[in-house]
Amino acid sequence: MKILVPVKRVVDYNVKVRVKADQTGVDLANVKMSLNPFCEIAVEEAVRLKEAGIASEVVVVSIGQNSAQEQLRTALALGADRAILLETELNLDSLQVAKLLAKVVENEQPQLVVIGKQAIDSDNNQTGQMLAALTGMGQGTFASKVVVADGQVAVTREIDGGLQTVSLKLPAVVSTDLRLNEPRYASLPNIMKAKKKPLDIIAAESFGIVLQSQVKVLKVTAPAVRQAGVMVDSVDALVAKLKQEAKVI
Amino acid sequence: MTILIIAEHNQQTLKADTAKTVAAACQIGSDIHVLVAGFQCSGAAAQAAALVGVSKVLVADAACYEHQLAENIAALVVELGRGYSHILAAATTHGKNFLPRVAALLDVAQISDVIKIESADTFVRPIYAGNAIATVQSADAIKVLTIRSSAFDAVNEGNSAPIEVLSQQNEAGLSQFVGEELTKSERPELTAARIIISGGRGMQNGDNFKLLEGIADKLNAAIGASRAAVDAGFVPNDMQVGQTGKIVAPDLYIAVGISGAIQHLAGMKDSKIIVAINKDAEAPIFQVADYGLVADLFTALPELEAKLST
Repeated sequence: MKILVPVKRVVDYNVKVRVKADQTGVDLANVKMSLNPFCEIAVEEAVRLKEAGIASEVVVVSIGQNSAQEQLRTALALGADRAILLETELNLDSLQVAKLLAKVVENEQPQLVVIGKQAIDSDNNQTGQMLAALTGMGQGTFASKVVVADGQVAVTREIDGGLQTVSLKLPAVVSTDLRLNEPRYASLPNIMKAKKKPLDIIAAESFGIVLQSQVKVLKVTAPAVRQAGVMVDSVDALVAKLKQEAKVI
Repeated sequence: MTILIIAEHNQQTLKADTAKTVAAACQIGSDIHVLVAGFQCSGAAAQAAALVGVSKVLVADAACYEHQLAENIAALVVELGRGYSHILAAATTHGKNFLPRVAALLDVAQISDVIKIESADTFVRPIYAGNAIATVQSADAIKVLTIRSSAFDAVNEGNSAPIEVLSQQNEAGLSQFVGEELTKSERPELTAARIIISGGRGMQNGDNFKLLEGIADKLNAAIGASRAAVDAGFVPNDMQVGQTGKIVAPDLYIAVGISGAIQHLAGMKDSKIIVAINKDAEAPIFQVADYGLVADLFTALPELEAKLST
């Protein structure tokens, strides 16, 4: 069974981003970039399925600038077998990404797509669901447990108020939530080995898909800053403030 | 211009998120239809018809909609949706599950987690865990939006919109419901609670969350947690408040033993009053707190519980 894992290069989760003064976006110059944390969990899950003998090949794919090769190499160091980069200078929306990924699915014919539930830059939480729609596959979103057996995948999903388990026909799309697994660290020998693994670069424009979104960003601003509050020196003082000043209890 | 809202419910009861989504829709236009798709869901349909601002309720009552499987619900919404200018759902795990599927099948973008309606085509949404706020304009024929319910006040009840029964049955045959484990709690839900008390890594283990329970009971509060506490295995993920968990905006948010990582602040910084209790005076949570108390939570919490009863 082949598993396809789409991954995204994003601002590292420890970086506090700053909005540009001209309100066109956030300042990404000289900012540390990383593999999106949910994508890392997706790669880990796919590699574990391979180690368990369920998957035979793990293919990672990213869409973006040439620099996304770094994140693909990271995924290869974590255990993926080969990588594909659909290169573009454009900043794509989820729908366009899903359309490109649908083409990759058509070419690669994976039995399972494992994808992060959301990228921590755009916070969209859409691509996996859209890819499932465009390829006619079932979807198991926000997975905390994935079991593949008998041409089906059972996905335990994190939902508001608890957990839900669904069973999907393969091929299917699974999107990862935080508790699915704890990704490994890439070892130095594996980082070296990853440099020799195949990485194909294809122009994203070559698929004949309109890559421009119908959604235009008018401006990006900084959020309203909260007023600094006061420190209280005891529980008594806190309770008094909450009762008399804030009047919330 | 007619707006379709997909209701969130458990067959008998409509979730408060739907009344808040209706409030967002009222700022876009005045012809608002609510779709209640479920099985034996007439209770939820009646409650939807009572919401002020709703002009019609559509009910799709069939076994294939019982468990709200994304594949089946999306197929139904796509069938109905082409006649609408806007399709809205709450940005809950349910809305986030099926609505992108709808958008892709309609070949339009989805705009996620809308916190403000500027006009019928212009919307405001947080990006980068709320560290930046984007204003976006959509040129799509159908605007598909998920609404962050904590940013809108629920509409009132007191309407009696007509209810139309649909006959569509969309069994996509791609997925099957296996089971569900819902956390049972006497306390209010996180996203609906007026007061929330949350614990972080400083709680040290899951047992210590009991220290929050007594206070929660006295304040009729919900109990939340930071991602650090979830990652450490103290509590289940459905208690998580943050960028990757639930986004809340209660009247009072009490953060206990929470340092205030960016991703946690993204989930609670719109709360009206924030209280932080942490033994580390340098913790970033104090920068957003209205009231800060530098104290060891293991002495402060029992004291707070005792003081609340007097």
